[in-house]
Amino acid sequence: MATYTLISSNVLASSAASVTFSAIPATYTDLVIRASIRNTSTTSITRIRLNGITSGYSARSLTGDGATASSQTQSTAYLYSGELNTSSTTANTFTSMEFYLPNYLSTVNKPISTIASTENNATTAYTVAVAGLSTITSAITSIEVYVGANAFDVGSSFYLYGISNA
Amino acid sequence: MPTKVIVDCSTGETTEVELTAEEIKDMEAAQKAAEIERKAQEVIAAAKATAKAALLEKLGINAEEAALLLS
Repeated sequence: MATYTLISSNVLASSAASVTFSAIPATYTDLVIRASIRNTSTTSITRIRLNGITSGYSARSLTGDGATASSQTQSTAYLYSGELNTSSTTANTFTSMEFYLPNYLSTVNKPISTIASTENNATTAYTVAVAGLSTITSAITSIEVYVGANAFDVGSSFYLYGISNA
Repeated sequence: MPTKVIVDCSTGETTEVELTAEEIKDMEAAQKAAEIERKAQEVIAAAKATAKAALLEKLGINAEEAALLLS
């Protein structure tokens, strides 16, 4: 039976462009980040980098916005991790995002999945599912969650869990 | 000045660090590139949808009937 253990968390008291969990202990099987996030501006993309590395990420994503569905392919210096609430969305609403990294201590490429749902009391809101891959072949010791421009808003929260399979 | 937050999982200590001018420049450039790529993907998807709808109309069938033909 899998068990979740909270490793660290952070709730932003002031806006910040990124949140990095460093010195992640090598004592679990998988890692999960659950986050509630909102951008201070109209920028709507969340990104993740592992071990500070800026290459070797690819992803396929499926996006629904309430009217249409589309799929995209990304190959970038970061892992695309879905849309997030912007300043254009309903006040005080946040995106729920879950990032799952199995077998983070392995020495082979790492599959990654993310699902993010924006919240907006209006017509358009996004749900994005991302199937990603990192070519990093060392154990993951740090995870950075960030936005490309501006910052995560006050009240955004980030929780890092370790999963043990026993 | 934008900041970044670093949470040290071994100590539980959280530090807030100001971004350098270079980090700000890099992040803004990457964001612009990502948005351009995303818009391009949306244009491609819309063009495909339009072409598909035109073909279905030409054939005189709907999407469900086309799916049945291909099953």
